[in-house]
Amino acid sequence: MSDARTLAQNSNPLYRRRRRMNSFMMGVSTVALAFGLFWLLWIIAVLLWNGAAALRPSLFTQMTPPPGGTGGLANAIYGSVLMAGAGTLIGTPIGILAGTYLAEYGQRGWLAPATRFINDVLLSAPSIVIGLFVYAIYVSQVKHFSGWAGSIALAIIVVPVVVRTTDDMLKLVPNSLREAAAALGCPTWKMITLVSYRAARAGIITGVLLAIARIAGETAPLLFTALNNQFWSSDMNKPMANLPVVIFQFAMSPYEDWHTLAWGGAALITILVLGINIAARALFSRK
Amino acid sequence: MSAVLDNGRLAAADPSAAAVLSPRPPMLRNNALMDAIFRNLTRFFAFLVFSLLAAILVSLMIGGFQSIKEFGLPFLWTEEWDPVQEKFGALTPIVGTLVTSAIALLVAIPVSFGIAIFLTELSPVWLRRPLGTAIEMLAAIPSIIYGMWGLFVFAPLFQSHVQPLLKATVGQIPGVGLLFAGPPIGIGMLTAGIILAVMVIPFITAVMRDVFELVPAMLKESAYALGSTTWEVVWRVVLPFTKVGVIGGVMLGLGRALGETMAVTFVIGNAHRLKASLFAPGNSIASALANEFTEAVGELYTSALIELGLILFLITTVVLACSKLLLLQLAKREGVRT
Repeated sequence: MSDARTLAQNSNPLYRRRRRMNSFMMGVSTVALAFGLFWLLWIIAVLLWNGAAALRPSLFTQMTPPPGGTGGLANAIYGSVLMAGAGTLIGTPIGILAGTYLAEYGQRGWLAPATRFINDVLLSAPSIVIGLFVYAIYVSQVKHFSGWAGSIALAIIVVPVVVRTTDDMLKLVPNSLREAAAALGCPTWKMITLVSYRAARAGIITGVLLAIARIAGETAPLLFTALNNQFWSSDMNKPMANLPVVIFQFAMSPYEDWHTLAWGGAALITILVLGINIAARALFSRK
Repeated sequence: MSAVLDNGRLAAADPSAAAVLSPRPPMLRNNALMDAIFRNLTRFFAFLVFSLLAAILVSLMIGGFQSIKEFGLPFLWTEEWDPVQEKFGALTPIVGTLVTSAIALLVAIPVSFGIAIFLTELSPVWLRRPLGTAIEMLAAIPSIIYGMWGLFVFAPLFQSHVQPLLKATVGQIPGVGLLFAGPPIGIGMLTAGIILAVMVIPFITAVMRDVFELVPAMLKESAYALGSTTWEVVWRVVLPFTKVGVIGGVMLGLGRALGETMAVTFVIGNAHRLKASLFAPGNSIASALANEFTEAVGELYTSALIELGLILFLITTVVLACSKLLLLQLAKREGVRT
């Protein structure tokens, strides 16, 4: 039987052409995948290769140097951690509460669907426009660049990510859990905080982690808000050093030492961001 | 759902017959208060997110008002960008943004389609997740890393190997050759477009993969049972079924490409001149902002840049809204949210 079929397939030119077309297209599809993976591996290899030279302890202990001097990225790392931390702390509660409204109260009315739509647009909105927005509403009013402005810009990027994941994760919580809580006489706010949140915890944390990974490398919104600072500064009201902008400045400069430091910073950020992404996925899939 | 909540409240207010006779105990009254507070708190923040888009639009309009008043509509098609004489036109950055995004889509659409086919049809099941995650990682790498890599690694290689080759082959064709004329300097519109392509591949792939998985297995199995090859199933069954979603995914990629800043800033060359050749340095809206905004002196200059930002935001918002609408349409047909 199978012999007969193979024979028929081989002798029929139409069959042969279709099968050739199929194997050709499947080959192209495999090549496309290889093409995608190729860039990923290439970029990571380049980063590790160039970053290895710069990843020394001094990177974490010394300040950003003037051209030609030696130094590290301590102030930039510190500034980035402060601003990303503040951005996450501002953005996460807003995002979780808004997401809660969408998933738990949003069955009727116009606000929830409209917000969900706008949130999805904001999720992909150009981050440089967010920077312009914060410049227009904050920096140009107080007339100086500051760490707070940077944090606000980052928070605006965090919010849509957290809203989206919170909304999605709360929707995955089975309604029977809510009904069970309601049947026990549990008021809605307790039902949400004690039942829904708990059931969706891993997913919501994943969303926050992804948001942190997203803002860790954001450069564009910080250009017009936090600017940069050559020195160690803990004052969130002053221009603040931060890794992405330092990388931008150093990489665009003509100085070799600065390039090395920029590669070090780039490798650091990428390892962190990819690490968080993989950790977030692992956390969510274990659930 | 809301009926359930009402039942819950009823149950809370009426736990036993005794409770009906006496007024509600204070603890339950607290709960009603807490319910109202919690509900309105979440609604307030949802409204905050809702109004964010409008707030961004309004603030950019106010910031760019001076420029809008000064240059009017011709701002959109004036090429001149002269900070010294304070004459500004947005044509070069707008064209640069559109051209680089078009190149990106031209490369990214077939590649993403191929990857999505591989991940949904060809790959062994145990490989799907790791491979899918690896492609998603392309989206996780920050924009500035793409920029640095593009400037220091990709552009030199592109200059020494690919550009001369393009020039010697397609560059010789009359007409099309104009696009590949001029000195191969590595950085320029074409380089920016290709790097953008790599950056949007994961977004388009993710949407395509998700919508391909929405195709009912029965539909595909019927086609297979009639003797279709895998390719025929993909091309004649899966793709027509998911057309709307695929276009939505492409629009999402376009929205991303239009607004991408740092990677483009590194490799596009920041030149306010319009050239026919894709090898020539150019400018995109986002890269013009990144390069010039902090150094802009004079209110009119700043205002013109903010107006550029406004144009970018309007374009991306429209594109992303279309993408979302298309995906919603597919989801509605499916009864599943994508």
